[in-house]
Amino acid sequence: MGIDSQSHLRRLENESIHIIREVAAEFDNPVMLYSIGKDSAVMLHLALKAFYPSKPPFPLLHVDTTWKFQEMITFRDYTVDKYGLDLIVHTNEEGVKNNINPFDHGSSNYTHIMKTEALKEALTQYKFDAAFGGARRDEEKSRAKERVFSFRSASHGWDPKNQRPELWSLYNGRIAKGESIRAFPLSNWTELDIWQYILAEGIEIVPLYFSAKRPVVERDGTLLMLDDDRFRLEPGEKVEQRDVRFRTLGCYPLTGAVESTADTLEDIVSEMLIARTSERSGRLIDHDSSGSMEKKKREGYF
Amino acid sequence: MNKIAPVAEAFDLSTYINSQESKSFLRFLTCGSVDDGKSTLIGRLLYDTKLIFEDQLAALEKDSRKHGTVADEIDLALLVDGLEAEREQGITIDVAYRFFSTEKRKFIVADTPGHEQYTRNMATGASTADLAILLVDARNGLLTQTRRHAFIASLLGVRHVVLAVNKIDLVDYDQKRFEEIKAEFESFSSGFDFNTSEVIPLSARFGDNVTTSSEKLSWFNGPTLLEHLENVELGEEHSEAAFRFPVQWVNRPNLDFRGYSGTVRGGSVNVGDEVVVAQSGKTSRVEKIVTMDGDQVRADDGQSVTLTLTDEIDISRGDVLAPAHSRPDVSDQFAAHLIWMSENAMLPGRPYLLKCGTKTIGASVTEIKHKVDVNTFDHHAAKQLALNEIAFCNLALSEAIAFDPYEANRDTGSFILIDRMTNETVAAGLIWFGLRRATNVHRQALDVNKKARGGLKGQKPAVLWFTGLSGSGKSTIANAVEQKLLSLGRHTYLLDGDNVRHGLNKDLGFTDADRVENIRRVAETSRLFVDAGLITLVSFISPFKAERQLARDLLDTDEFFEIFVDTTLEECEARDPKGLYAKARKGEISNFTGIDSAYEAPEAPELHLKTAGRTVEALADEIVDRLLKDGYIGSDNTWVI
Repeated sequence: MGIDSQSHLRRLENESIHIIREVAAEFDNPVMLYSIGKDSAVMLHLALKAFYPSKPPFPLLHVDTTWKFQEMITFRDYTVDKYGLDLIVHTNEEGVKNNINPFDHGSSNYTHIMKTEALKEALTQYKFDAAFGGARRDEEKSRAKERVFSFRSASHGWDPKNQRPELWSLYNGRIAKGESIRAFPLSNWTELDIWQYILAEGIEIVPLYFSAKRPVVERDGTLLMLDDDRFRLEPGEKVEQRDVRFRTLGCYPLTGAVESTADTLEDIVSEMLIARTSERSGRLIDHDSSGSMEKKKREGYF
Repeated sequence: MNKIAPVAEAFDLSTYINSQESKSFLRFLTCGSVDDGKSTLIGRLLYDTKLIFEDQLAALEKDSRKHGTVADEIDLALLVDGLEAEREQGITIDVAYRFFSTEKRKFIVADTPGHEQYTRNMATGASTADLAILLVDARNGLLTQTRRHAFIASLLGVRHVVLAVNKIDLVDYDQKRFEEIKAEFESFSSGFDFNTSEVIPLSARFGDNVTTSSEKLSWFNGPTLLEHLENVELGEEHSEAAFRFPVQWVNRPNLDFRGYSGTVRGGSVNVGDEVVVAQSGKTSRVEKIVTMDGDQVRADDGQSVTLTLTDEIDISRGDVLAPAHSRPDVSDQFAAHLIWMSENAMLPGRPYLLKCGTKTIGASVTEIKHKVDVNTFDHHAAKQLALNEIAFCNLALSEAIAFDPYEANRDTGSFILIDRMTNETVAAGLIWFGLRRATNVHRQALDVNKKARGGLKGQKPAVLWFTGLSGSGKSTIANAVEQKLLSLGRHTYLLDGDNVRHGLNKDLGFTDADRVENIRRVAETSRLFVDAGLITLVSFISPFKAERQLARDLLDTDEFFEIFVDTTLEECEARDPKGLYAKARKGEISNFTGIDSAYEAPEAPELHLKTAGRTVEALADEIVDRLLKDGYIGSDNTWVI
């Protein structure tokens, strides 16, 4: 399915490419956060386009909590190999040593240590001065006010009241030593745009997005998949094989599946169009309280 | 549980996708204060266009009970007032972007606060908007802030405006009240350069005439707000403009490929077109237009592509490619509107960084022509600009850049100013016209002096005069200092005794008379460099007090910074880096300082540097620290790291 050169998707694509190039041109040591999900897939695709025929002049960084779906890791390694990219995988070893896991420590503690802290640790260790993230403004209320170049203090904190004004397509990339920015090239995309673009461009995504029979348990109204034998069943829970797929991917014990038989991109997009539930509701971490995303971002979460 | 309904059989995806793709696109902003119901209006648009998911609605109901200001109803404003602080205070303090679409169009809404202290946020939203909705409360009619919003929208190049007369329910849907407001608005908006101007009565809270027409407003013959947003004709912004291509990134995957990556900002370009590098005037032709999806024969406004040229010419980030027959202005001075966005006041002469397109350079305001009162549009004289003030100014840049008037091209006619110390974005600028040096130098003769030139570089020009015995380490230390200053973004020049004697002073020997003439010439030369705004490092033995005094007298009191590099004769002779002491001792060189010619040590140098037992690095650091402390670099506390 071709895209008209002046279409909405092309407009978004052109804007994102512009942003990605600005970061590469203005920063000494950028990195692209690669979470393996559909938004990362689109962001990587745009980065490949931005620098063609060169390769993107920065590595990918995957913060591995050790609780990702196995298929995600397989897909990650396949993608990196296919395009000949540099990949840095970072894990909070301290967290692993202390056996921090989503079952014993609660989703919010676990996420803070294995994701937020691990990310900060990696950014500090490799001295990255800019990190691309695939966040979109339509995802959540506090994201709607996020800048494209989002300034972070030396301790990686975000101050929502003290953001730099962003006018036209002029992004201010000046930072002092130790400070950094998060760059969000997909800011103006919606979830529907992402799916339409994946469809139009034939971008490969993790098979977990497509429906298949998978072992799941139902817990508090959420379907959780048993991706390996570390999953702890609670008394009375029983594992069922159901046709499910994922609308968003993260750590498997924290990511809810949806029942669906959509097993092609076309079906997924069609399903998406009549969906009445927003995608982040599948992520358990956002439910703590309305302001929870803003709190996490202040602490350095993407 | 998140169950998704099965796909309806009648649903045809490709038809749907095609209809999505053919939709046009509108970016608009809403201006008004929370009292006018702005957030409620946007919430209403999202709600009525079915952009609110079930789980969001559930969260909204919960939030409405906690923070809501509307008894027993869903408070639609809470959908958009995102940040916790805002919800608690009940005001919108930042720009938020919202997305929705209808059968006809896709929309991005910039939701901006309306109070005067948020002029910068409104300007931010307006910078990318095609249309502005000015919101008023029907009970209050036009307010001072409505005039301000119209002015800012107009200034930022928004060409379509809607006056939304909200809370019409609170004046009992009264047509007469509406007509009064409409008449008043039309008389004042005719003073602005809007292409379309529409006045629409509505109630955001109850949904009257937002997305559906209302029986209570049956007297109103115009469109609903949404109908108007869907149908207003925009016209293609830059398609008529001349081709502009600010180079973002030089693309060199290997020795055989040299491309220039960037986004077309106006017009279009075809393979074979002649293009000129605006700044250098060098021309070439477009060889290929490269994308990952294959080469194109043409690139249009807004497209991000990579161009290759038929000739190897010097092009780097910040250069602008343009048609040879339709070039942008190239100048190092221009007149522009500035919208000041920082808590720290703007002072003429203070050095800032300016980013225009993909170019970032030094800049300062040379003159505030007038400040604009955003409420009355009156012009006032001003010595400085405070947060949210708007002024018409002349700016001087550290080098010439390519630009267009903002009216002709929003992308190549706009810029931001960045504070060198805090790195915050302190101003938005809209260029009106370039100032040519020839016509301008006379008028500005008093403004462009060494202070202004130095200010542009963020430094107070001065001579760092290194004096000391041969082999004392003057040149080595001066060199290290210069490197440190360079890495701090300072503009320097190093006059080294030996090097100058190879050129300017090659006719001079080492007699006392020649030594005096040697110093006089160097002092005069360094004075010129100081006048040019440079931190000038002079590394000369300069053994005589009188000549150092001569140099000092040529400059202003705080421009001569004498550094006595104090190394004992024994140590210098032991080092003897050029073997000169040995020759002098053998009598092969006469008039050698310290051997058979005197060195008159300075009595009160600005800095007495005893080198014994210290590293070059430490000595250089001591000098740089002193320059900082004494305000030579980072004058008025601007300090680039």
